[in-house]
Amino acid sequence: MALAMSNFAQHVSVFFMDDGVFQLLLPQDPTTIDAKAYYKTFPALEFYDIENIYVCKQSLIQRGIQVSQLNIPVTLMEFDDLSNFLASQQHVMSF
Amino acid sequence: MASFTLLVTSAPFSEQGAYSAYRFALAAAQAKHSINGIFFYQSGTLNGSSLQITPSNEFDLYAAWEKLSQQYQVPLMVCVSAASKRGVTTAEDAQESDNPHFSLAAPFESVGLGELATLISSSDRLLQF
Repeated sequence: MALAMSNFAQHVSVFFMDDGVFQLLLPQDPTTIDAKAYYKTFPALEFYDIENIYVCKQSLIQRGIQVSQLNIPVTLMEFDDLSNFLASQQHVMSF
Repeated sequence: MASFTLLVTSAPFSEQGAYSAYRFALAAAQAKHSINGIFFYQSGTLNGSSLQITPSNEFDLYAAWEKLSQQYQVPLMVCVSAASKRGVTTAEDAQESDNPHFSLAAPFESVGLGELATLISSSDRLLQF
């Protein structure tokens, strides 16, 4: 979705929170459960000029994940700043 | 008067989202707001299956979508890739993959995500259900 929106000249920010942060965690091998390794597509975000990639700091802490274990460079954000961040967006989609 | 794009990611019946989206669209259209389009994505694409048979004493959401679309000229767009993997396919796509069945028909349209981007940029608001 982010790539498609970016293709249509929308300015896109991506935010990972709650269990969504597991999508960025390395190492992972989804093929062992017959799932697609689409985490490999996250580095493509950079090539679509999507550089605003945020991760909820509390979501990482709650799951014992270090930022160094994530497969792309991200900006950490405090949960409390989330509502202001979302309020500053023109449109929000949640998956 | 405001213009809206609706993004429906909830399946019919298993959750309330799709029905709420319908009620919102109807209320907005009746109040002379414009619904530029309703985009069905993820499990929301199941709303587009014409093979749904609703018990006669229950609300027929599929028929309601059709009527809404016809009455207020609201485009009903279904993401082709999200729909295809859920068995919601057009006659053309079914034929191409040698599948004897199809379930997506007018007024629902099979489109790509680019249509959503276009809808959003032409609307005041995006609402997700």
